[in-house]
Amino acid sequence: MQFMLLFSRQGKLRLQKWYVPLSDKEKKKITRELVQTVLARKPKMCSFLEWRDLKIVYKRYASLYFCCAIEDQDNELITLEIIHRYVELLDKYFGSVCELDIIFNFEKAYFILDEFLLGGEVQETSKKNVLKAIEQADLLQEKTEHVSHSKSFVGCKKAY
Amino acid sequence: MPAVSKGDGMRGLAVFISDIRNCKSKEAEIKRINKELANIRSKFKGDKALDGYSKKKYVCKLLFIFLLGHDIDFGHMEAVNLLSSNKYTEKQIGYLFISVLVNSNSELIRLINNAIKNDLASRNPTFMCLALHCIANVGSREMGEAFAADIPRILVAGDSMDSVKQSAALCLLRLYKASPDLVPMGEWTARVVHLLNDQHMGVVTAAVSLITCLCKKNPDDFKTCISLAVSRLSRIVSSASTDLQDYTYYFVPAPWLSVKLLRLLQCYPPPEDAAVKGRLVECLETVLNKAQEPPKSKKVQHSNAKNAILFETISLIIHYDSEPNLLVRACNQLGQFLQHRETNLRYLALESMCTLASSEFSHEAVKTHIDTVINALKTERDVSVRQRAADLLYAMCDRSNAKQIVSEMLRYLETADYAIREEIVLKVAILAEKYAVDYSWYVDTILNLIRIAGDYVSEEVWYRVLQIVTNRDDVQGYAAKTVFEALQAPACHENMVKVGGYILGEFGNLIAGDPRSSPPVQFSLLHSKFHLCSVATRALLLSTYIKFINLFPETKATIQGVLRAGSQLRNADVELQQRAVEYLTLSSVASTDVLATVLEEMPPFPERESSILAKLKRKKGPGAGSALDDGRREPSSHDINGGVEPTPSTVSTPSPSADLLGLRAAPPPAAPPAPSGAGNLLVDVFSDGPAAQPSLGPTPEEAFLSELEPPAPESPMALLADPAPAADPGPEDIGPPIPEADELLNKFVCRNNGVLFENQLLQIGVKSEFRQNLGRMYLFYGNKTSVQFQNFSPTVVHPGDLQTQLAVQTKRVASQVDGGAQVQQVLNIECLRDFLTPPLLSVRFRYGGAPQSLTLKLPVTINKFFQPTEMAAQDFFQRWKQLSLPQQEAQKIFKANHPMDAEVTKAKLLGFGSALLDNVDPNPENFVGAGIIQTKALQVGCLLRLEPNAQAQMYRLTLRTSKEPVSRHLCELLAQQF
Repeated sequence: MQFMLLFSRQGKLRLQKWYVPLSDKEKKKITRELVQTVLARKPKMCSFLEWRDLKIVYKRYASLYFCCAIEDQDNELITLEIIHRYVELLDKYFGSVCELDIIFNFEKAYFILDEFLLGGEVQETSKKNVLKAIEQADLLQEKTEHVSHSKSFVGCKKAY
Repeated sequence: MPAVSKGDGMRGLAVFISDIRNCKSKEAEIKRINKELANIRSKFKGDKALDGYSKKKYVCKLLFIFLLGHDIDFGHMEAVNLLSSNKYTEKQIGYLFISVLVNSNSELIRLINNAIKNDLASRNPTFMCLALHCIANVGSREMGEAFAADIPRILVAGDSMDSVKQSAALCLLRLYKASPDLVPMGEWTARVVHLLNDQHMGVVTAAVSLITCLCKKNPDDFKTCISLAVSRLSRIVSSASTDLQDYTYYFVPAPWLSVKLLRLLQCYPPPEDAAVKGRLVECLETVLNKAQEPPKSKKVQHSNAKNAILFETISLIIHYDSEPNLLVRACNQLGQFLQHRETNLRYLALESMCTLASSEFSHEAVKTHIDTVINALKTERDVSVRQRAADLLYAMCDRSNAKQIVSEMLRYLETADYAIREEIVLKVAILAEKYAVDYSWYVDTILNLIRIAGDYVSEEVWYRVLQIVTNRDDVQGYAAKTVFEALQAPACHENMVKVGGYILGEFGNLIAGDPRSSPPVQFSLLHSKFHLCSVATRALLLSTYIKFINLFPETKATIQGVLRAGSQLRNADVELQQRAVEYLTLSSVASTDVLATVLEEMPPFPERESSILAKLKRKKGPGAGSALDDGRREPSSHDINGGVEPTPSTVSTPSPSADLLGLRAAPPPAAPPAPSGAGNLLVDVFSDGPAAQPSLGPTPEEAFLSELEPPAPESPMALLADPAPAADPGPEDIGPPIPEADELLNKFVCRNNGVLFENQLLQIGVKSEFRQNLGRMYLFYGNKTSVQFQNFSPTVVHPGDLQTQLAVQTKRVASQVDGGAQVQQVLNIECLRDFLTPPLLSVRFRYGGAPQSLTLKLPVTINKFFQPTEMAAQDFFQRWKQLSLPQQEAQKIFKANHPMDAEVTKAKLLGFGSALLDNVDPNPENFVGAGIIQTKALQVGCLLRLEPNAQAQMYRLTLRTSKEPVSRHLCELLAQQF
C-alpha cells in the first residue's frame, strides 16, 4: 500500500498515512485530487478505480471516507477488508467510534494504525493482539480522566 | 463537549481542537492557530523547565496544527527530548511527531538516531516496537544507513518477542524498498525463510511480505520458501473456519496471510518437486471448489475475504499458465462474476479476465463471454467498470472477432465518457491495424475514428494511417477516393483535412481520371478548408499544393497564384511565409525533371513498432500492450507493426527529445532546436524517410554528429591535461559498483539512451552516440529531492589497464545541484584498442550534510564501436571459414529470458551494432550478422550467428572474430540480452 487517507464528506482530511517518500507539496496535491475524485462518485459505484498508475480502493463509513492507494499487483478485495478491519479496531477501542473520536484522539488513530499496518503491509490481523498492544500502552498512562462519549458512526447526527 | 477517550487526558489539547472546530472562517482558524503557536513558543523558550506532560501536550498540539496543513518550524527539539523519556506515552508522542514531520526536516534524523539506538537495545519490547515503527515510518536512506545492519539481527534473534519480530520484518522491508543496497544479505536470510513455519500467525503474516520482496531480487537464495509456503497455505485452506481463532475473519481462515502466500508463490515458476506441486494444485482446487459452496455468512466481509483469496488464486493459475484444466475453471468462475450483482466483483472479473485472455489455454474460453462484455460496455453505470470492459474487449480480440469488436467500440465511442475516449481511439486504431485483412477496412475505420472523435485522435494515430497507406500500394487508390469523399462533408474535422491533404498530395493522381475528382476539383476542395485551419495544417496543405504542381502540371498557375498571394508571402507566421516563398521559387525555377525528383512520392517507411502502441503503453504503463505482446498469436504476415519490443523501461521513460512520432528507436541526443515551432509538423511526418526532408537544413542526425568534434589526437594525454581529472580519485578511493551495476549495464548493451540509475535522491539519464571509434555521451543528473546537493562530483574511473584501451574526457559539472534541477555532463570517448571492462562512474555528493557516494558501470561496451558490414552470402561463408581456429570462436547455448519474438531479436541485434544479413543462413529462423569493431589501434572483424529454438525456448549464439577475448566478450554481452 502506498498511502491511506481518511476524509470527511466535506472533504476535510482526518488522517493521512504515507508509506512512500513524497514531498509535502506532492502529498497535498494528491490529497486534493483524490478527495475530489472520490467525493464525486455515486454511492452504488464500484469501490475501485485506477488513478495514475495506482489502484484506489475506498469505502465510506458514516461520514468518513477511507481511501487506500495500492500497487498494480495488490489485491483490491483484501484491501477493502484492511479498511474494514481498521474500522473494527477503532470501533472496539473507542466503543462505537465516530468521526469526532478520530478528530480528538488523532494520535490514538495513528497508534492503532501502526500496530495493524507497518510500511504499508499488514503486520497483525488479530484484533485481540492489536488492541492488547494499544491497551498495554494505556495502562502505562500516568494520568487518567474520564469523560464519556456516546456518538457512534451510525448514530451521529451532528453536521461536521 | 470534547470527547476524550480512555486514559489519555490532554485536556488542553481537547480544548484547542474544539476551539479550532468552532472557528467560523479560515481567518479565524489561522488567528487561533497563530495565538497557540505564540503560546507554545513562549513555553518552550521560557526559563522554567517544562515537565514531560506539558511537553507532550504542546508537541501534540503542534502535530495537530501540522496535520491541518500548516507549516511547523519549531518544536523538533522538544519532540526529540520526549524520545528519551521513560514514560511510554511521552515517548510515543515524540515518535509520532518525528514520523509525521521528519520528511520536511531530515536534519532531525541525526538527532534522533541515538534515542532510537537506545530503544532498540533496551530489550523492552514495547520500546523496541516504537523505535522500529519510527524507522519504518520514516524509511529514508539515512535511516537505512544507521539501522539496516542491526535489524536483521533483531528479526532472527531467538529471544525477540513475536511483536518485535513482526515490526522488524516490515521495518526491514521498508528499508529494503528504499535502498536495497544498504541491506546486507547474509546468514540471516535462510532463517527468515523459516519464519514461514513460525507458530505465531502474525509473525508469518509479516515475514511473508518481507520474503516476497527479497526473493524478487534474489530468487535462488529464497527458493526454499516455495515448499514452506505451499504447506502453510495448504494447512490454512484445509482448516475449519474456527481453527485459527482470532485469525479467522468472518468465517474465512487467515485471508490476509493466504493472499500474501499466493502472492509469494507468484514470484516463482510452478514448483519442480512433484509432491509440492501436487499439494499446491490441491489447494488451488479447494479454493475453486469453495467458491461454489453456499456462503457461511451474508456479510459482505465474508464474501470479500473469500473472493480476495479466490482472485489471488486465479492470478497464480494465470501466472503458471500451465494447467489448462485450472485455467478453464478460473475462466468459468470469472464468467459467473461478470453478471454478479456486486459491482466490485464485476469490475474485478473483467480485470482478471483480461490476463486470462492472453493464455492460449483460456483465450477461447474468454471469447465465449463476448456478448456479456459488450453488454457491460453499453449498460454499466460506472465509468471505471466500462473501462475494464473496453480493456477486456481489446484483450480478447483476435482475427475471428476483430470486426465485431472494432465496430462495437466505434459505436461506444459516440457516447463514451470524455475521460476514456482517447484510449478507446488508440485501441481501435491498434486493433484495426493489427487485424486488418483488407486495408480498405482499416482506412475506413480510422476515418470513422476521425469523424466520430476527431478531437481525441492524436498525432500518432493519423501519422500511422499515413505510414500504412504510403507503404501499401494496394490501398492507396481506395484511400485517396475515401478521403476525397470524407472531405466533402460540410464540417469535417481538422485531422481529416490533414490526412486528406497528405494523401491527396501523394496519391491524388490515382483518382484524377474521374472528372468528379479531377485535379482542379481536388485542389479547390482542399483549399476551401485552408482558411479555417490552424497554422500547422496550413503548412501541411502548402506542401500538398507544391506536390500537386508536380502531379498535375495543369494546376500550376492556380497554385502559384495562391502561393503568391500577400496572405501567404507576407504571412505573420514564419513557417508559412518560408514555405510559400520557397515553394513558389521552386515551382518557377526548377525544371520538370528536378521538380519530379524533389517532389517524388514518399518512399516506404521502415517497419518498426507502431507508434500508437508505444503511446498506449505510455498512457497505461508497461503491460498495456499485453494483448499484442504475447507470442501465442500466429506471426501474422499482415502485421505491419512488426513485433513489439517488451522494453517497458524505454516506453515508460520517453526521453524529452524523442521525436513526436516516437518512431526513432534511438532518438538523436542533443538534437538541434527544431527548425520552427508548430510549423514543422510536416518535417515530423517525414523525419523517417531520408529523402523526405523538405527543409534543406541538416537532418537531426547530421547535426548531432557534426557537433561531435573528435577528441584531441593524443587522447590519453588529453585525459591528464583535462582540468577535471585533477580531482579524480584513484580507483582505490571509490567504492565497488553497486550490486545492480551489471544489470543496469546490460540494459544498455543494445541501446544508447535511457535511465541508467534511479533512487529516491538521484536520477541519472544517458544519451549517447557512437561513430567508428569515437563516441559522445551525455549524462543527466537529476536531483529528485527539494534540497540542494553539495560538492557534487561525478568522475569516470578506469580500472586496471583500461586507461590504455579507452580514453574518456569529461567536462567538469557544477558542484551544486539545486533541488529538482538537472545538470548535464558531456563525455568524449575514444576507443584506443579492444577492452573488456567498462569504465566506472563514481558519483559523490552531500545531501543534507550527509555524504553520498555511488559507483556505477558506465554503459560503454566494446560493441558500441561496431560498424555494421553488409556482405553477400558467399563472402560471409568464406570469412566464416577463415575464422575457424577454435580460439576464434565463442559459443553459448542459453535459455530465453524473454518471449522469443523475431522482430524484437532483430531490433536487439541491430541495436548491438552488427548488420543483419538476410538470405545467408539456409534456415530463415536464424539470424546472421557481421560488423567491424573500430578501435584506434586495430579493427576486429566479427561474424555472428544466432539460432533460436522456439520449442526448447533456447538460443545458440556463435561468434567468430579475429581476436579470442573479443569473441568471448561479445558472446557474453549478447547472450544476456535474449
